[in-house]
Amino acid sequence: MTVNGWILILLFAALVAAVARPLGGFMTRVFTGERTLLSPVLRPVERGLYRLAGVDEKTEQHWVTYAVAMLLFNLAGMLLLYGMQRVQGLLPFNPQGMAAVPADLAFNTAASFTTNTNWQNYGGEGTMSYFVQMAGLTVHNFVSAATGIALAVALVRGFARAGCRTVGNFWVDLTRCTLYVLLPLSFVVALFLVWQGVPQTLGAAVDATTLEGAKQTIALGPVASQEAIKMLGTNGGGFFNANSAHPFENPTALTNLIQMLSIFALGAGLTNLFGRMVGDERQGWAILAAMGVLFFLGVTLAYWAEAQGNPALTALGIDTAAGNMEGKETRFGIAASALFAVVTTAASCGAVNAMHDSFMPLGGMVPMINMMLGEIIIGGVGAGLYGMLLFAIIALFVAGLMVGRTPEYLGKKLEAKEVKMTMLAVLCLPVMMLGWTALAVVLDTGTASMANAGPHGFSEALYAYVSAAANNGSAFAGLTGNTLWYNLTLAVGMLVGRFFVIVPMLAIAGSLAAKTRAAASAGTFPTHDTLFVGLLVGVILIVGGLTFFPALALGPVVEHLAMNAGTLF
Amino acid sequence: MESQKKTGRRSSASTMLDPAILVPALGDSVRKLDPRLMVRNPVMFCVEAVAALTTLLLLRDLATGAGNIGFAVQIVVWLWFTLLFANFAEAVAEGRGKAQAASLRKTKTETNAKLLPNNGEGGTDRWQTVPATRLKTGDLVLVEAGDLIPSDGEVVEGVASVNEAAITGESAPVIRESGGDRSAVTGGTQVISDWIKVRITAAPGSTFLDRMIALVEGAQRQKTPNEIALNILLAGMTIIFVIAVATIPSFVAYAGGSVSVLVLVALFVTLIPTTIGALLSAIGIAGMDRLVRFNVLAMSGRAVEAAGDVDTLLLDKTGTITLGNRQASEFLPVSGVAERDLADAAQLASLVDETPEGRSIVVLAKEKYGIRGRDMADRHAHFIPFSAQTRISGIDADGSAIRKGAVDAVLAHVRGAGPTVAASRGGAVAAIRPNALADAAEREVTAIAERVAKAGGTPLAVARDGRLLGVIHLKDVVKGGIRERFAALRQMGIKTVMITGDNPMTAAAIAAEAGVDDFLAQATPEAKLQLIRDEQAKGKLVAMCGDGTNDAPALAQADVGVAMNTGTMAAREAGNMVDLDSDPTKLIEIVEIGKQLLMTRGALTTFSIANDVAKYFAIIPAMFLAFYPQLGALNVMGLASPESAILSAIIFNALVIVALIPLALRGVRYRPVGAASLLRRNLLVYGLGGIVIPFAGIKAIDLIVNAIGLV
Repeated sequence: MTVNGWILILLFAALVAAVARPLGGFMTRVFTGERTLLSPVLRPVERGLYRLAGVDEKTEQHWVTYAVAMLLFNLAGMLLLYGMQRVQGLLPFNPQGMAAVPADLAFNTAASFTTNTNWQNYGGEGTMSYFVQMAGLTVHNFVSAATGIALAVALVRGFARAGCRTVGNFWVDLTRCTLYVLLPLSFVVALFLVWQGVPQTLGAAVDATTLEGAKQTIALGPVASQEAIKMLGTNGGGFFNANSAHPFENPTALTNLIQMLSIFALGAGLTNLFGRMVGDERQGWAILAAMGVLFFLGVTLAYWAEAQGNPALTALGIDTAAGNMEGKETRFGIAASALFAVVTTAASCGAVNAMHDSFMPLGGMVPMINMMLGEIIIGGVGAGLYGMLLFAIIALFVAGLMVGRTPEYLGKKLEAKEVKMTMLAVLCLPVMMLGWTALAVVLDTGTASMANAGPHGFSEALYAYVSAAANNGSAFAGLTGNTLWYNLTLAVGMLVGRFFVIVPMLAIAGSLAAKTRAAASAGTFPTHDTLFVGLLVGVILIVGGLTFFPALALGPVVEHLAMNAGTLF
Repeated sequence: MESQKKTGRRSSASTMLDPAILVPALGDSVRKLDPRLMVRNPVMFCVEAVAALTTLLLLRDLATGAGNIGFAVQIVVWLWFTLLFANFAEAVAEGRGKAQAASLRKTKTETNAKLLPNNGEGGTDRWQTVPATRLKTGDLVLVEAGDLIPSDGEVVEGVASVNEAAITGESAPVIRESGGDRSAVTGGTQVISDWIKVRITAAPGSTFLDRMIALVEGAQRQKTPNEIALNILLAGMTIIFVIAVATIPSFVAYAGGSVSVLVLVALFVTLIPTTIGALLSAIGIAGMDRLVRFNVLAMSGRAVEAAGDVDTLLLDKTGTITLGNRQASEFLPVSGVAERDLADAAQLASLVDETPEGRSIVVLAKEKYGIRGRDMADRHAHFIPFSAQTRISGIDADGSAIRKGAVDAVLAHVRGAGPTVAASRGGAVAAIRPNALADAAEREVTAIAERVAKAGGTPLAVARDGRLLGVIHLKDVVKGGIRERFAALRQMGIKTVMITGDNPMTAAAIAAEAGVDDFLAQATPEAKLQLIRDEQAKGKLVAMCGDGTNDAPALAQADVGVAMNTGTMAAREAGNMVDLDSDPTKLIEIVEIGKQLLMTRGALTTFSIANDVAKYFAIIPAMFLAFYPQLGALNVMGLASPESAILSAIIFNALVIVALIPLALRGVRYRPVGAASLLRRNLLVYGLGGIVIPFAGIKAIDLIVNAIGLV
C-alpha cells in the first residue's frame, strides 16, 4: 500500500461526500415537484410527455397501483428488448451486420438490462448492433436506473408521510428522474469522456495495420453516451467486452476517478434526499456514514490484499513489491483497481477496470461480500437506499426494544407487517445466491463452465450468482456464462433479486405512509448518531453477512489459506 | 392473598424460583414437548423437528452400528435438553400465575344468589334462591350481611361495607353504595354489614373474577403485537439459516468432502435464534406477572406494551402529586385583628370538624400559639356541620357565631346574602362581584385569598359575628421525592400533565412546585378527553387513571387507561388495566414495567443474534477440516477437536438458555435515563457481550468436555 494509493482513496471519499448534499437537494426538488434550474427547458417536455401518455401528474397512486405500474413497465421493456435482439439483423444501424441473438442469451440479456444488472454473457462489440446498443441497452440503462430511484423515493415518502394512502405516481417519478436527473448528468459526463478520448460515433469499425503488419479491426461506436449512463445509473454494462478496462471506455486516470464518482454520486445523493424528505438531514448522513464504514472496511481489505502480491511468485524470486498486477491495467495500478472493484460492487454497477478473477483470494472476496450484503454500500441507484433502509428496519427491530419502547423508525412504528415484508425481501437474496450455486457446483452442466478447479472454480460460480441476484452484473471471469444453464438460471436470479425485493419493499412504503407519526422525545431511539451507525453496521455484518460464511470459507478463505501454504488453484 | 400482597410486591424473581413452582415446572417441560403446543413457537418447533430427525438417524446407526455413536448420542441428548430448557423457562414463568389462579378459584366456590323476581317489585323479602351461575345480565339480587356477592354488578339501592380481600388482598372493608363513583361490586367479595340491591352486569363466565383467573393463569394468553412481529423476524432468520445450512452439503460435495446430517443439524440449531426463541414467551408471561404482583391487572398484553411506549402521563393531583389532604400552614389575619385571635377563632370552629383539614387547623393553632382543646360542654355550643350546599361550617358558642369556609361563601354569609351556590369551591375568588366589595376587610380578605391561591394553597375565610377575621392558608403538600421522579420521567422523554379541579392559579403553583411539565386546571371529564385527543393527534401515546363513570370516555380513549378498583363498573370496563389497590401513583410504575418488558425482549434478541459469530467460528472449521485442513486457521478458539468443538457449541447453546432464565423472569434492570444512554449501555452489555461471551463460554466448555473425556 502506498501513500499515493491512500490519497486517491481518501480523495475519492471526500468527493463522494461533497456531491451528496447538492445532488440530494436537487433530487428532492425534482421529486417533490418543485421548480429547478432546468424547469424552464424541461418542464414543457415533461408536460408534453404526460399529455402524450395520458398521465395525470396530480393523481397519486396507492402502493399496489404503483407496483403494478412499475411491473408492467418493466415487463413491456423486457419483452421489447428481447424482441429487438432477436430481429436485430432486420433493424438499421448495423454496419457490422450482426445476426440475431440466440433465444437464451437474448432472454438473459433482456432480464439483465431490465433489472439494472447488466450481466453480459456476450461481448458487446461482437454481438450487438449499434441500434440494439443505443435503442435497447442504453435506453434500459436509463429506465432501469430511473425505476430504482423512483422506488427508493416511494419508500422515503412512506417514512416522510403520515396518514396517507398514496406513495407517489410511478409514471411521474420515472419521467422526472429520467428527464431532470439522469439525462442532464449523463450529457455532462459524456461530454467529459469525449474530451478525454472516448469515441462517440455511428461509423463502422476501423481496420488498421499494426506495426508488425498484422490486420486489426478497431471497434468503435457511440461509446461515451453509453458509458456515462452505465456509471451514473449503476448499470455497468460495457460497450466493449473488456468494459472499463478497455482504453476506449476508460482511457485515463481522470476518467477512472470520474467514472467511480459517477457510480456513487446519485446513490450518495439519495441518502441526503432521504434526510431532507423526512425532515432531518442527519438521518441521511447516518445512513451514508454506515455505508462509509462498510466501504472503508472493504477498501482496506481489498487494497491490502492486492498490494501484497502473490507469495507463489515471490517464492520464484520475482519482485512483487508492486503488488498483484495480474489482470490489471498498468495505467490504473493497484490502488485505483482495488478501489474500482470495491466501488463497482458496493454500488450495483458491475463495470470493471480489472479482472476480479485475477485478484488475490481475499481481494476478490471483498467484491463478493459487498454483493452478498445486498449492495447496500451506496448500492444501485435507489436500490442501495431501500436495501439499506430494510436493514435499518431489521436493526431497529432487533435492538430498538432495548430503549424500552416498541420499535420505531422516524416516528413510524415497525410492526408485524413491516417485519414480514422486510424478511421476505431479505430472504430472496440468499435463496438465489446460495441455492443456484449449490446446484451449479454439483451439476455437470454447471461445473463444465468453470475455468479453474477447487475453491477458485467454486468462487467463479458463486460470484456469478451473487452478482446476478444482487443485480450487480460484474463477472469474476473464468466462467463461461453463455450456456443454456447459466443464461436461464442467472436470468431467474436477476429477476427474483430485483422484483422479489421491490414488491415487499413497496408494501412497506404503503404501510408506513398510512401510519401516524409518533412524536420524538428523549425516550425515542436516536437514529442519527454514531451508536446507530455502529448498530446498523453490526446487524448488516451479522444478519446479512454471516449467512455466507460457510460459502466464503469454502471459496476465497480456503484459497487464501492454501495459497499461503503454497497451493494454487 | 393477604400475605401474598405484602410480600409479593416488588419481590424479585426468587419467589418464582421456589420449589413449589420449580417441581411442577419440570413435569410441564416434558408435557410441552407436544408438537401441537410447540408449533406456536416457530424457532423451537424447528429444533424439535431436527431433534426428532437426528433421533431417528441415531436409532438407525445404533441398529447398524455405524458412525461415532458416543458423539451422536451426546448431540441428540443436548438437542432435547435445549427444548426442555425452553419449555422449563415457560413453565416456571407460568407457575406463579397458576398458583394464584388456584387460590382465586377457591373464592369462586358455588354461591347462591337471592334473586328478586320481576325487577324487585315484590319487595326485598320476596327473594328466591338461585345458583349464581344462572344469573343473567340485568337480574336484580339482594345481598345481605355475610353473603358473598354472586356476580359483578352495580349497587342500585342501599349501602354496605364490603370485604374485597378476595380480589385486592386488602382486608379492610370498603363502602359500596348506590349512585356515585363507588357503586360497583365484584362477584366473590363479601358484604360485611347492611344490605344492598345489586343489578347484575356480567354474564356468567365473564365476571371480573373469571377474567382475573384467566389472566393470571395465562390460559388465554395471546401473543402481543410486538411478540408476533418478533416471532416473524425470528422465523425469517430461521429460514435464512435453513438456506445457509442446506446448501452446505452441495458445496462440500464439490470440494470432494462429506458432512454428516448430525453436524449440519448442530450448526443449524446453534445458528437459529434459540436463545430468544426459548425465552420469548417466558419474558411476556413474567412481564404480566410483574404487573399482577404489583396488584395491577392488564386486560391485554397489548396494554403492557403500550405502557412502555407512553409519551404523556395524565396524573391526578390529589393522591398522586400531593398528599390527599390539605394542611393548614398559616393564619393570615386582616389588619386590626391579631393573628392569635384568628387562630383562636379558627381552632374553636374546627374542634369538632373531623375532616383532615379541620384537624390540621387545630394542630397548627396548638403548635403556633399553644391553644389547647377546650371543653365545649358548658358553653352552650352548637355546631354547624359543613355541607356541600353552604360550603361553610362553624360553631355558635358563648353568644358568638364563628364561621369558616370557602372565601366567597363566607363573604356572602357576612353580607347576609347566603352563599353563592354557582361558584365552585377553590375557584371562588373570581366569582365575587366587585361592586359588592365595599368593605375594606372584604377587599383585604379577597387579596389575601388570591395570594394564597397563587402560592398553590386553598384559602379558607374565617368570620366571627359577621366580621371577617382573616384567612387560613390550607396548603397542598407535594409528596416527597415526586419532583425527582418527574425529572426522571422527563429524561425518559415522558411528559407529565397534572389534572386538577383547582383554579389555574393554584394549579400553576402546585405544578411548578411538583415539577410537572403541564397542568389541566378546573378539569372536567370533557376537558380531559379533549386533552388526550390533542396529545394523540400529535402522535403521542397517553396513559391516565380514573375511577368515576364520567372518566370512562377518557379511560377508553387513552392508550393506557388504568381504572381504580374502587371505581364504577363503567370505568373498569373502559380501562385496559385495573389497579386493585386503587393507587393512582402506580401509573409511573406501570410505565416502568412496560418498558422493562420491552427492554428484556430486545436485550435477549440482540444477545441471541450476536452469539452467532462465535458459533460459526466453532463449527465451520470443524465441519470442513477433514478435506480442507487449512481451515484450521479459523479455529480461533483453539478447540481441541472437531467433535469437541461441535459438542461444546451445542452445549453452550443449551446452557445459555438456563443461564438466562432468571434474567428473562426478573427483567433487564431499568433505569430512568434517556434512550441514548440506555441504548449505549444495553448495546455494550447484550450486543458486544453477546459477541464476546460465547467465545469464552464455548472455549471453557471445550476444556471441560476434553478434560472429562466426553469425546
